[in-house]
Amino acid sequence: MKPTPDPQTPDPQTPDPQTPVLSVRGLSVRFRMRGGRHIAAVSDACFDLAAGECLALVGESGCGKSVLASALLGLLPGNAQTEGSAVLGDGTDLLTADERTLARTVRGRRIGLVPQSPAAHLTPVRTVRAQLEETLRELTGIRKPALRAAAEQAAARAAFPAGHLDRYPHELSGGLAQRAATALALIGDAPLLLADEPTTGLDRDLVERTVDELRRHTDGGRALLIITHDLAAAERIADRVAVMYAGRIVELAEADRFFGEPGPRHPYARGLLDALPERAFAPIPGMPPELGALPDGCAFAARCSRADDRCSAPPPFDGHLACHHGVRAGTEESAHA
Amino acid sequence: MLELTRITAGYDPRDPVVRDASLTIAPGESVGLLGPSGCGKSTLAKVAALLHRPDAGTVVLDGRPVRGWRHGAPRAQRTAVGVVFQQPRLSADPRLSLRELIAQPLRATGRRAEVTDRVAELAPAVGLTAELLNRRPHEVSDGQLQRACLARALVLRPRWLICDEMTAMLDASTTAALVAVVEAYRRESGAGLLAVGHDRVLLERWCDRTVGWQGISGRVATQESMSPTG
Ligand code: SF4
Repeated sequence: MKPTPDPQTPDPQTPDPQTPVLSVRGLSVRFRMRGGRHIAAVSDACFDLAAGECLALVGESGCGKSVLASALLGLLPGNAQTEGSAVLGDGTDLLTADERTLARTVRGRRIGLVPQSPAAHLTPVRTVRAQLEETLRELTGIRKPALRAAAEQAAARAAFPAGHLDRYPHELSGGLAQRAATALALIGDAPLLLADEPTTGLDRDLVERTVDELRRHTDGGRALLIITHDLAAAERIADRVAVMYAGRIVELAEADRFFGEPGPRHPYARGLLDALPERAFAPIPGMPPELGALPDGCAFAARCSRADDRCSAPPPFDGHLACHHGVRAGTEESAHA
Repeated sequence: MLELTRITAGYDPRDPVVRDASLTIAPGESVGLLGPSGCGKSTLAKVAALLHRPDAGTVVLDGRPVRGWRHGAPRAQRTAVGVVFQQPRLSADPRLSLRELIAQPLRATGRRAEVTDRVAELAPAVGLTAELLNRRPHEVSDGQLQRACLARALVLRPRWLICDEMTAMLDASTTAALVAVVEAYRRESGAGLLAVGHDRVLLERWCDRTVGWQGISGRVATQESMSPTG
């Protein structure tokens, strides 16, 4: 825990470079449905996240990436069953910690959440200043009269203009609402920031500004897990990219190799990039399978031009790739050729 | 032609979000209208779709001035325009199955007899399986629901399509797939398109020409919500 709060210090505690800020192993989330059905929303996710690093978790809506985020925050609904572990740098396992621990010591303090729709996340009937002050009181113990200055400093850290502090959320533009939400997320000096679709609905220049600001906080020593379907935002901000498909991480790669040369190795990831309007603008044929009725073999097989007999067995994830016929690094060959 | 001339529109007559905007689309032409969120382009899209009565200005659809809006528009004009919005959940009746959702405009115009054929034609085109057609909106993803909303917009074979941020919530592959459906329909039908959005790369790839919001507006609204820094 942080001892004396000091809102002037922009960086979290000096992290131990040896221990990842977050270490996820074999994380699975299943939902029990009526009639004994199960939905495998997340299967066997494994990744580490270090201080000063940004990992972008990308994939289409319904691929399980938001469920994974909810699992890390302990915000899964009652019918969810989890397996595996998600351990913070201090040893807390997010999957086994009880709600009291999560509420008192994790959310806001160890993990700062930059929410998907900031306007909805902010309390509509209270000004930004009131919300910042309340969170400061709660997380840092600062009291009046220091509170006012502390709120202004907290706002400044997220580039939220002091002149707008007395506004209500509905009086803010999308960009300012996002900054207000980011300011709230930064207050607890959490070593891990989790941003869930932080750029949805924002204009391109605002997307860029938002991710650049998040990147700045990462460069300040935080670890950032950004969950997004916006590949351009991921390319701009991430050090590494994890691609999720039908509940599984199918590729985990360095961002510059993924977006640049030699490009993704997984056929789905290649298809996703090819679909961008600045690239081939060609959709991947078909749709993802239902998470409640996944095939026995590779979940992408029905849409994959490389599928063959081997793909009727599930491809194991080797830490980089889950595919029997991944594109080899250094080949020009396209999965859709 | 779809001609929007000197349109002023909004929700508060003292502070309209669209001021003196003009835009003309030729038959078969696709025009991208690019602007930041909150600039009023969605309101203009609603005017073009005959869903929002402007405070001033004229809309001329295939040579006929539009005098009624929403249900007040003559059926021939209303059915000439198909529209898809950004958020499928806000525009889909949660009680209807996707099949009923797609067929809704046919039923509303007394063309029940065409339902089976049209749905059978459109569902594979937008990538919906028979099983998905039986589900209700809460049982499908945003992308699947938007596929159904696009099929609904096409079900009456409109001469004009208005797509207001149709793909803003969707992943790259679903975006490319839905744009391909629109373009296939336009090739076959010769329909014109107004695609409203904030993604320049997308609109420039998609449309014959792309116009900026400021370029079509007589006077740019100066409200706070327009400025990215507030
Ligand atoms: S395992 Fe087979 S079906 Fe799956 S992505 Fe790789 S090649 Fe395609």
